[in-house]
Amino acid sequence: MINTKSIEIRDIIKLGLIAGVIELSLSMIGFIDLLGTREVVSGIFTLGHVFMFAAPFGLAFVSAGKVPADEKNKALGHGFLIGVIAALPMIILAVLATFFDVRQFLPNVSPSLIALIIFHQNLTVGSLILVIVSGVLGLLAAGLHILPERIQHPLVTGLGWVLIAGTFSELLLGRVRAFFGRGVVKLIFKGKAFNPLAALIILVATIGITYWLDTRSHKKEEKVVDIKKMQKMTKIRIGLGILLLLLSPLILGTYLTEVVNNVGLYVIMGLGLNIVVGFAGLLDLGYVAFFAIGAYMMGILTSEGDIGLGLSFWTALPFCVLASTLAGVILGIPVLGMRGDYLAIVTLGFGEIIRILALSDMLKPFIGGAQGILQIPKPSIFGFDLIQPGHLFYIVLLGVLLAAFISWRLRDSRLGRQWMAMRDDEDVAEAMGINLVGTKLMAFASGAFFGGLAGAIFASKLTSIFPHSFNLIVSINVLSLIIVGGLGSLPGVVVGALVLVGLPELLREFAEHRMLIYGALLIVMMLAKPEGFWPSEVIKRELHAHEKSEPISSD
Amino acid sequence: MLQRLQNISFLDVALWALGAIIIFVVIWGTVATIIENPYPVHTWVETVVAGIAQGSLYALIAIGYTLVYGVLFMINFAHGEFFMSGVITATIFVAQPMQATGFLDAHPIISMLLIVIVSISVSVGVALLTERVAYRLLRKAPRLVPLITAIGASFFWQYFFRGLYGSKVKPFPQFEVLTGKAAIFGIPILKSHILVIIAAVLMLIGLYIFIMKTKVGKSIRAVAENKDVAALMGINVDKAVSITFAMGSAMAGIAGVLFAVVFRQVHFFMGFIPGIKAFTAAVLGGIGSVPGAALGGFILGMVESIGPGLFLEGLNIPAPHQLKDVIAFTLLVLVLIFRPQGILGERLSEEKA
Repeated sequence: MINTKSIEIRDIIKLGLIAGVIELSLSMIGFIDLLGTREVVSGIFTLGHVFMFAAPFGLAFVSAGKVPADEKNKALGHGFLIGVIAALPMIILAVLATFFDVRQFLPNVSPSLIALIIFHQNLTVGSLILVIVSGVLGLLAAGLHILPERIQHPLVTGLGWVLIAGTFSELLLGRVRAFFGRGVVKLIFKGKAFNPLAALIILVATIGITYWLDTRSHKKEEKVVDIKKMQKMTKIRIGLGILLLLLSPLILGTYLTEVVNNVGLYVIMGLGLNIVVGFAGLLDLGYVAFFAIGAYMMGILTSEGDIGLGLSFWTALPFCVLASTLAGVILGIPVLGMRGDYLAIVTLGFGEIIRILALSDMLKPFIGGAQGILQIPKPSIFGFDLIQPGHLFYIVLLGVLLAAFISWRLRDSRLGRQWMAMRDDEDVAEAMGINLVGTKLMAFASGAFFGGLAGAIFASKLTSIFPHSFNLIVSINVLSLIIVGGLGSLPGVVVGALVLVGLPELLREFAEHRMLIYGALLIVMMLAKPEGFWPSEVIKRELHAHEKSEPISSD
Repeated sequence: MLQRLQNISFLDVALWALGAIIIFVVIWGTVATIIENPYPVHTWVETVVAGIAQGSLYALIAIGYTLVYGVLFMINFAHGEFFMSGVITATIFVAQPMQATGFLDAHPIISMLLIVIVSISVSVGVALLTERVAYRLLRKAPRLVPLITAIGASFFWQYFFRGLYGSKVKPFPQFEVLTGKAAIFGIPILKSHILVIIAAVLMLIGLYIFIMKTKVGKSIRAVAENKDVAALMGINVDKAVSITFAMGSAMAGIAGVLFAVVFRQVHFFMGFIPGIKAFTAAVLGGIGSVPGAALGGFILGMVESIGPGLFLEGLNIPAPHQLKDVIAFTLLVLVLIFRPQGILGERLSEEKA
């Protein structure tokens, strides 16, 4: 008991140093610097600052939760200490960068990064400001944790909305200008970001609304819910949603529609891989192979260049999908007997083999080698060419709806239940009379079907394809998005694709460090929330089963 | 007899047919190449030696996979990144500055030692950090979970070091002593290849002795056998796992330096493909077995080096060397289908397959 205090202090120092090292790493890889150009609130702070102080803020928040209830005030001191300690590695970096040429080793430690760290002051003053700001933020984080739920929730929501709105202010600005004109823009924005007053209004408004909603929902719990009314409301909502979806190219404009199209392609692929990994439990790292086969098939059949046959999009599409489905079965046969890790590596090998073959001189006369296939026409309906992203949107939407419908119907079908039984335990599934060979092949084939569909649309959307578009990164992207959304969950795929594919396209700064973020996200998700953000019920239960029952020796 | 025939399924037939086709293609290609005889003898000798050198690098990396798989039954997907992290850091912070100041050519042995030490420390540090943060808490989780974490860790480190040092390919300085060829038994062999082969063999023997003869090695083997029982015997399982990771990544750190000596360049993506190949080697030799990993590495290096020229040249395939990775992956698939326990692996329970 006597030692408690000293251990606490040691833990606090440790947390502070961890936060500092995270800050330092983010700075040295150029992440902070890159985000430093994107202002959240004009003239006040940038997204770089947000990420710089995220680690001490978060850890101070966490540390406040570990203080016993009767000593809440201590948490404030701890938070301050964490903030101060976290600033130290940054100061060391600033000092080193000022006196030595660090850039020959670490090219991303740029003068603008150092300026950002020391708030555009000289080294001494800047370091002092950094320590104080960092400490105060730590203190505030701890303070936030102490506050009662009733105040804390609106506050966190409000801050969150300001951050989100500020981050996307450039996009909002474009939309506001398109609909309301320049006058309104000048009122709200300064440069590309919100002016401080607008930000403050957003903050106060969201805090107020959330507070009001909280108190209202508190009262509402006592009311009797009218089921018929609710059903009607659901129908109206679905109708509105569909209408909004159909009109979205008009609302979003060309650039955003293009982003949505990319997200849509990844949703199709995600739904396909979700069948293989989420339903059937077969970890496939070579999913890009089917995407590539669909795209190349489309290229060969429709291209108007030297290689192609010059068919139309709609004639070629069934062949593309058929080819990739067939490839799914063929590549599935050798791996039928393998499980888990081996399956992952072998499928990864398949993905690489397809890419290498596409690149090789051996197949160059047929598929163009490194030069790829050019002059693929865009699809057309009744003689009307679908050239604009806004037109292609409907094809992608059609693909997504088809994929979603098929996945949804498959999930609860006999086949879907067989997949899930197989995922849970192959041996038991076999003992129950499930034909493992057929069931597995069906999973690979259905997954490949969607991969091929996405590939075919991709090829005619881009009008030219190259082997380099089909590397392992695509497989990892798709895998990441279904894991973030929730394995086996259909809405999860959409959420995952929006977050992992949509966001980096909107925030080009993130695109630079995309794979780093995906990697970290995969680790964090597996550690903290293995069932994903929109989990399927079964997977959720399964993943948390071992927490409830005491672990029994696996042998 | 009839009973046995009935047990053969369509699947077995399909797989055997696949195997037969591949073997037929290989034999056909080989015979055609021998008849055509496109290369003189000394080219073949060079190819073989290059294959052994490449194979010894694979063997060193494969050790890491095999050790970790033996202890945790997981594929440490990020192992290729441990390999990369050490040598890329050593190149930037040690090798290049030393070359610029002329220290490298004046004291090649000291410089080499420094490079190796830095490379090993960074590799081990990255490995231990990964184990502590990403793997340790997931030992009891379903098997898909740590595998996905490992994939995440792999990409995280790749792009972390890309951010840290930039995406350019960085030259690894050339050692004056290691340039050119030396004649061994009258055959001229690249000096860098000689260094790689000798160093790899010494390291492998040293590691084998460490695992089989020392007390720490014994504790690792005990943990590999059964974690719970090992813990009851007073072995600190966490520590044993950490040591396993440290040893595997130390081997990878050395392999990284040797790799740089041979290819004279480093970049952030250099660990990925060698990592997968080394995993192939580990499976080939029998995953979980140290001599197996070594053997698998040498075999894979040889096949990859000789394969394109021997199997594919005769089939009139243009630029067969582009397809050496295809040969490696095909070998992996064949091994997993027909002998999943590998060449030297004998125990392969359901749990590990």
